[in-house]
Amino acid sequence: MSHTEVFAPWDDPEATPLISCQDVTKRYGEFTAIERLTLDIFPREFFALLGPSGCGKTTLMRMLGGFEDVSGGRITIDGQDMAGIPPNKRAVNMMFQSYALFPHLTVWDNLAFGLKRSDMAKDQIGDRVEAMLKLVQLQKFAKRKPHQLSGGQKQRVALARALAKGPKLLLLDEPLGALDKKLRQQTQFELMDIQEKTGTTFVIVTHDQEEAMTVASRIAVMDEGRIVQVDTPGRIYEAPNSVYVADFIGDVNVIRGRVSALNGESAELNWGEGKRPIRATAGAGAVHDASGAFVIRPEKVTIATEEPTDRHNRVKGVVEDIAYLGNLSTFHVRLESGDLISAQLANSRRFANRGITWEDPVWLSWSDTAGLVLGD
Amino acid sequence: MRLSSRPVLIGLPYLWLLLLFLVPFGIVLKISLSDVAIAIPPYVPVLDPSEGWAGITGFLSQLDFENYVWLTQDDLYWKAYLSSVRIAAISTALTLLVGFPLAYAMARAPEQWRPSLLMLVILPFWTSFLIRVYAWIGILSNEGFLNQALMGIGLIDAPLTILNTNAAVYIGIVYTYLPFMVLPIYATLEKMDGSLLEAAEDLGCTRLQAFWAVTVPLSRPGVIAGCFLVFIPALGEFVIPSLLGGSDTLMIGKVLWEEFFSNRDWPVASAVAIVLLLILVVPIVLFQRNQERSA
Amino acid sequence: MRRLSAFNVVSLTFGFAFLYIPMLILVVYSFNASRLVTVWGGFSTRWYGELVRNEAFLEAAWVTLKVGLISSTIATVLGTMAAIAMVRGGRFMGRTLFSGMIYAPLVMPEVITGLSLLLLFISIGLERGVMTIVLAHATFSMCYVSVVVSSRLASFDVSLEEAARDLGCTGWDAFRSVTLPIIAPAVVSGWLLAFTLSLDDLVIASFTAGPAATTLPIRIFSSVRLGVSPEINALSTIIIALVATGVIAASLTTKRAILRRQAEERAAA
Repeated sequence: MSHTEVFAPWDDPEATPLISCQDVTKRYGEFTAIERLTLDIFPREFFALLGPSGCGKTTLMRMLGGFEDVSGGRITIDGQDMAGIPPNKRAVNMMFQSYALFPHLTVWDNLAFGLKRSDMAKDQIGDRVEAMLKLVQLQKFAKRKPHQLSGGQKQRVALARALAKGPKLLLLDEPLGALDKKLRQQTQFELMDIQEKTGTTFVIVTHDQEEAMTVASRIAVMDEGRIVQVDTPGRIYEAPNSVYVADFIGDVNVIRGRVSALNGESAELNWGEGKRPIRATAGAGAVHDASGAFVIRPEKVTIATEEPTDRHNRVKGVVEDIAYLGNLSTFHVRLESGDLISAQLANSRRFANRGITWEDPVWLSWSDTAGLVLGD
Repeated sequence: MRLSSRPVLIGLPYLWLLLLFLVPFGIVLKISLSDVAIAIPPYVPVLDPSEGWAGITGFLSQLDFENYVWLTQDDLYWKAYLSSVRIAAISTALTLLVGFPLAYAMARAPEQWRPSLLMLVILPFWTSFLIRVYAWIGILSNEGFLNQALMGIGLIDAPLTILNTNAAVYIGIVYTYLPFMVLPIYATLEKMDGSLLEAAEDLGCTRLQAFWAVTVPLSRPGVIAGCFLVFIPALGEFVIPSLLGGSDTLMIGKVLWEEFFSNRDWPVASAVAIVLLLILVVPIVLFQRNQERSA
Repeated sequence: MRRLSAFNVVSLTFGFAFLYIPMLILVVYSFNASRLVTVWGGFSTRWYGELVRNEAFLEAAWVTLKVGLISSTIATVLGTMAAIAMVRGGRFMGRTLFSGMIYAPLVMPEVITGLSLLLLFISIGLERGVMTIVLAHATFSMCYVSVVVSSRLASFDVSLEEAARDLGCTGWDAFRSVTLPIIAPAVVSGWLLAFTLSLDDLVIASFTAGPAATTLPIRIFSSVRLGVSPEINALSTIIIALVATGVIAASLTTKRAILRRQAEERAAA
């Protein structure tokens, strides 16, 4: 998004959040689905709840929609306490994972369904439906029934129906999960476009990290009912606050050891007797002389046949495997310590022969700021 | 669903079933413990609430298991129970014998035929049960179509007596309950992956061996379901034995009917009903278990 | 296309011959001029004429129709409610008893159902007649309706109802405008099943009818106990024709609807 740089209400202490969750807890009998969760989401945000299945992201969304009661804590939307307010009384609409299009109604009637149950005048309903059809480019399909639509068209009807009442907040439950990969990527951009046009606050639930990275202004990474980190996609990727987040988003190399030095921005990790400590940026949770983990993305690791003596961080290893992915090649290198580190290179030239193949001895190196030392 | 009408939604059918299913059943149980009397209603004791507590205890003290003792003493009853079980079991086996090949052939038929074949099996179920039983009277009687045909082709010289024998009852049950056998077997066979048979043949089975080693075990849940669906209603059958069976065809449904309508012995009829239910509990529980396992 | 083996062809031929020849004979001999039901005496529609003039049969047919229409309608309302209570009602007191009472009548021998209801009607002093048959039929067929509707409800996507509430419906409004139209076909088949069961029932009606009301099955039963009669053949033919027309028409309509739907889905994908 072009204005991501300027749009950052979460950094503005004056900004009032649209949604505010305070110590929200959800229990099902013995099982705790959400544990004392606190979170602010601001107007016009495209907010992603990301996590593995069972992490509580869907439960949180269903509480926002009014489909689940809160066991403890408080949710306010636009300053109003949501406790006991049923879904039909909330200025919140939801796009369901299964789309939940009414099979017995036409596209037109599906879009008008919510409007007919609002205080909108009858003659305005038609205009609004037409406007929504135009927004998702389905004018020609107004008279069709859901089963006469393709997967992508159904997805757009579901989106338009949820937006028709002009909700303050739109909840999207795995909105692109049913589409194939190509269509999904294309639809992600449409989704962002529509979000920007309507200015509605979107909260999306997804388990697909690429999708969250693409569409969201901020991402909340969840695990076992808690939020592990809330941040912009860039910071989630480059400055994860835990090994869990680093590992969940993208590929990462992890080397465990003890934090041997910590001064300001930089840290060193001792990872074995007689090995040169790894020098890296100090990350969250790193404490001097405590156990820590060094994390680095494969694309930040350089591979060479000669020793790069100009770099502090350099290790020797043997190529164990090469994965050719077309645009990239990933080299899996077994270090003398037994750790397996992957290095990724862009294939910027066709059939580039790097002269590196299986069983070759190689040097891996990275700059002093390429990786992070995190608490472990 | 949080319907505000939830109490009505649950309460109305609940109340209806309590009043018209459970209460009547309690009455049957109570009368089965009473004694027959020449009165209206033709049994004693009758609960008289106006007598208060004494009336209730007096009423309860007059109930006894005499009718059940009677059922064990008169060999008509236990013979009727045994004979019902035997007739139901034999008919079930015969229905399986007719139904399995039919279900198998339907499942093997070209896919575009199957809905029509299925409809042909279900269609008789919608037509009157009574009429389907009645149709066999004309076929099985001494001068009926079957005897005419058999004598016509010279297979027999004198007409066979089939009507009013147990054989006619078997035929009637097989005929009327055939869809209940065919449908569950067809459902399991139709679901079966055709490549399983190919795999069996690939591994060295002949067609016939593949049938016994793969098809038969896989169709078991359907076969068991079908057998219970025939056996359970056949056990309490009344119409078929009374139209096609003879005077020596003993089935408990018929005995109950006669006890009630001809002898007007309501307490014994009620006891007969209770015992029949107790006998039915066994196959019903087994059936339930089979359904849960295959689900 | 795979060809059917000889064995399968024989199975199909024999199976369907067994199912249909008895009914075919009934139909053919209903046009027999002779009173001797197993001897062909030439074509005639005479027995249909006699049937139409037989007031006892007409009266019984009218009673049967009345009982069928009223009882199946009651059964459909109650059975649908029971199905919703079972599938969507959550927990409530006596739920196990409730589901037991819904499934028990399905396996209960008719003689017992009939006997127990008769004893109830007598003990509360209800005069037997059309009303008691209606009560009896509604009771056992509501259980069938409930089974048909609850199997449809169980596969019903709950998020459709949630979507309706999300878009501003109250619980009842969501049920009426979304759930009900979608399960309507199951409710209609439940009604048809209840109606057929009521038309067909002899045993329960015999117990609960009393001398005041006679249904068609009771009338047929008392006359066929004495043997085969050409008038009953004619009546059977009419019933078979009506049912066959209805079932075939219904299945053709559904089949066409399914085919059209499939074609549309293929076109859309």
